[in-house]
Amino acid sequence: MDWRRFAIIALVIAIMFGTVVLVGVSQNSPLVIITSMLATTIAVATPLTLGALSGLFCERSGVVNIGIEGMMLGAAFFGWLAAIYMNTIYHEAAMLSMIVGVIMAILTGGLFALLHAVLSITFKVDQIIGGTVINILAAGITGFLNRQMFFGAGSVFGGQVPHTPGVLPRIHIPLLADIPVVGRIFEQQPIAIAAVALVVISHFVLFHTRWGLRTRAVGEHPRAADTVGINVLFMRYANVIIGGFLAGLGGAYFTLESISSFEPLMTNGRGFIALAAMIFGNWTPFGAWAAALVFGAAQALQINLQFFRELIPPSLAFLQNSYVVGLAPYILTMLILTGLIGKTIPPAADGKPYEK
Amino acid sequence: MANNNIVLEAKGITKHFPGVLANDHVDFNLRKGEIHALLGENGAGKTTLMNILYGLYLPNSGDVLVNGKSTPIHSSKDSISLGIGMVHQHFMLIPVFTVAENIMLGDETVRYGMVLDQKTVAKRVRELSHQYGLEIDPEALVGQLPVGVQQRVEIVKALYRNAQILILDEPTAVLTPQEADELFAIMRELTKRGVSIIFITHKLKEVLAVSDRITVMRDGKVVGTVTPGEANERQLATMMVGREVILTVEKGPTKPGEEILKVEGLKVRDSRGLETVRDISFSVQAGEILGVAGVQGNGQTELVEALTGLKQVTGGKMFFTGKDMTGKPPRPITETGMAHIPEDRQRHGLVLSYVVADNMVLNTYYRSPFAQLNVLKPKAIDANARKLIEDFDVRTPSPYVITSKLSGGNQQKVIVARELSHPVKLVIANQPTRGLDVGSIEYIHKQIIIMRDRGVAVLLVSAELDEIMALSDRIAVMYRGQIVATVNTEKVTREQLGLWMAGAHLEE
Repeated sequence: MDWRRFAIIALVIAIMFGTVVLVGVSQNSPLVIITSMLATTIAVATPLTLGALSGLFCERSGVVNIGIEGMMLGAAFFGWLAAIYMNTIYHEAAMLSMIVGVIMAILTGGLFALLHAVLSITFKVDQIIGGTVINILAAGITGFLNRQMFFGAGSVFGGQVPHTPGVLPRIHIPLLADIPVVGRIFEQQPIAIAAVALVVISHFVLFHTRWGLRTRAVGEHPRAADTVGINVLFMRYANVIIGGFLAGLGGAYFTLESISSFEPLMTNGRGFIALAAMIFGNWTPFGAWAAALVFGAAQALQINLQFFRELIPPSLAFLQNSYVVGLAPYILTMLILTGLIGKTIPPAADGKPYEK
Repeated sequence: MANNNIVLEAKGITKHFPGVLANDHVDFNLRKGEIHALLGENGAGKTTLMNILYGLYLPNSGDVLVNGKSTPIHSSKDSISLGIGMVHQHFMLIPVFTVAENIMLGDETVRYGMVLDQKTVAKRVRELSHQYGLEIDPEALVGQLPVGVQQRVEIVKALYRNAQILILDEPTAVLTPQEADELFAIMRELTKRGVSIIFITHKLKEVLAVSDRITVMRDGKVVGTVTPGEANERQLATMMVGREVILTVEKGPTKPGEEILKVEGLKVRDSRGLETVRDISFSVQAGEILGVAGVQGNGQTELVEALTGLKQVTGGKMFFTGKDMTGKPPRPITETGMAHIPEDRQRHGLVLSYVVADNMVLNTYYRSPFAQLNVLKPKAIDANARKLIEDFDVRTPSPYVITSKLSGGNQQKVIVARELSHPVKLVIANQPTRGLDVGSIEYIHKQIIIMRDRGVAVLLVSAELDEIMALSDRIAVMYRGQIVATVNTEKVTREQLGLWMAGAHLEE
């Protein structure tokens, strides 16, 4: 990532953190506030990070995926459903139920991705339409099943909101989490930790392995890849499905890690913000992660300002309105997508079906 | 000749595409260590045959024998394992990858079953490049290398896969004459080391200069196989086209008149913001052809786009019939009498999905007689189309055929008809014959000469040195965005032009 983009990211994060520190400094030390902000930032950036990595694998192989939102929503629902079934119908332990839920979420993401792959790679449907189909399909299926299974007489759960297995517990990373005050940053839930690990793994896979070289090759110049014996269609299918798994894990965050319930349309545009993060990060894992953290910081700003609501000076009264502050990530997305941030270069064959 | 010398043989290859018989019982063989040229016009079936040998297409019938054994080649993987390597006309290289990454792609050296071993690959690439005298730097980014070097990367890529048979598809199309000579030296060096080469081209001079045998194809069939000693350019051209062809362009002496186009210190940036036209000045008189020679990508595209008003000028001035046209949009420029035959006829010359008749009024549709009060007049458009089809010999079943269905030569004729059918003072023709068959080339050349003799000024941009030399009265050579030399055609040799095109003036 170039220094300019890095500077913008650092500046935006500094402004957000600075705002909270200024407001809350009379109640808490700046270090405590910053630590808390950072911990929240990393946690809430999780679905954005995973969504961006999902988009990365798809687009690096040449398939545009705007269906991340739908993949995450579908995964959130079916992951949660699996966990509840395990927990309340089969009476399995909460932990096991949640693990099954996460696996189910990942598979759901993969299944949606398979649909996208069939549409866009085999049938060469316009990839934007393919992604839109997934977004609409996921919203419809989850909304419908949610109503059918949980509400109304005669449904599976008979109108009762079922007992849920809870959320995934925080993991205390040895040594790092023992550091006084800032150690709190390293106490995160498993999907958040996995997301950060996957950023590093994705970078390694894309830029240092055979798989990554071939993936980038089919995304840049599929014909060249074909002439040296690489199976373009297979590589694209595989990467889109890998992307689906990542989006699925991101979906699990909503219902198994963040809160323990499902709301219709609860992904709330996070899949699209993830795409913006991927573009801002210039199609690199670390760049995308940095961008995801900016959006995470905007959300952390909203959350943390609420703690200090009474302390906000009257001159900044608008900060009391959490809806106003909540707009920040969306405004950032628009700024990025309108290209204010500078030019980004997508893979050369991104979005183009391969014709022999 | 003993049979065991034959390393590759195609027997009775037939390949149908919808509506086209691309290969019709083609027989072809390649001996060990020879350079066998495959000569033919565009659409003669050369590339189809090579794509079959390379496993990109499957033939409908026929056999391919490698080292005497019948071997079905289903994919490029099969052909690579049989020791066949191909250097495609449009390089199969990934610009954002390094040389080493491009070379190893598909045949990577890895550790732990997946981690790329860049060092070993770079070492192997260096060894190969020393061994064959093909200097390349494995760490360089391919997109930043000159085309000649990219081609070397392609050759090393094939050698890296132990290719013993090398197919070179139109390898000289993108090279300067000097680079082409270097390539021929490399080809001979390779054959000394036992590599056999199939050399695909439509350039007669090259074929006679470098090949051991020449096979000519026409309309999907093999017309014959000769040795350079048995044939001359004329005979080869006749075999290629199927009739006598006039290879030389006949034209009388020029009678230059008033100055039509004058360019002073023109500067233009390309889409990436790089200055690709750097301080160019020249003028073109009525009744003369100024040829702009140069290897593709030395600023010719941007120069023409600036002159035709398609691109913003960042410095300098241009005068057209004495009027300052700097920074004017295309319409006022064309209305002053400029005709433009663009470089990319399919993307910039035509709306391919329109019918022929509509394409013939693309620059005049808005005014009388084709429109009145913003409503099109189909009758006038129809009459115009029928007249132009007749006058310019456009081969189309009707004026209402979708333009994309026409052959390249006929598409170009549609553009030429549209552009030259109005009173023009200046014709800017950029690569007017690229990719056309000999017959169409002949026709376009004749039209350009006719315009000149009528007192029109012509600016001809071409990467084909032969075309420049045959048509131009004066020649300007472009190199890295500048005109490095302007000479009268009679006073210059091919070799000298080639040197200028390669930037040799810089060392003088």
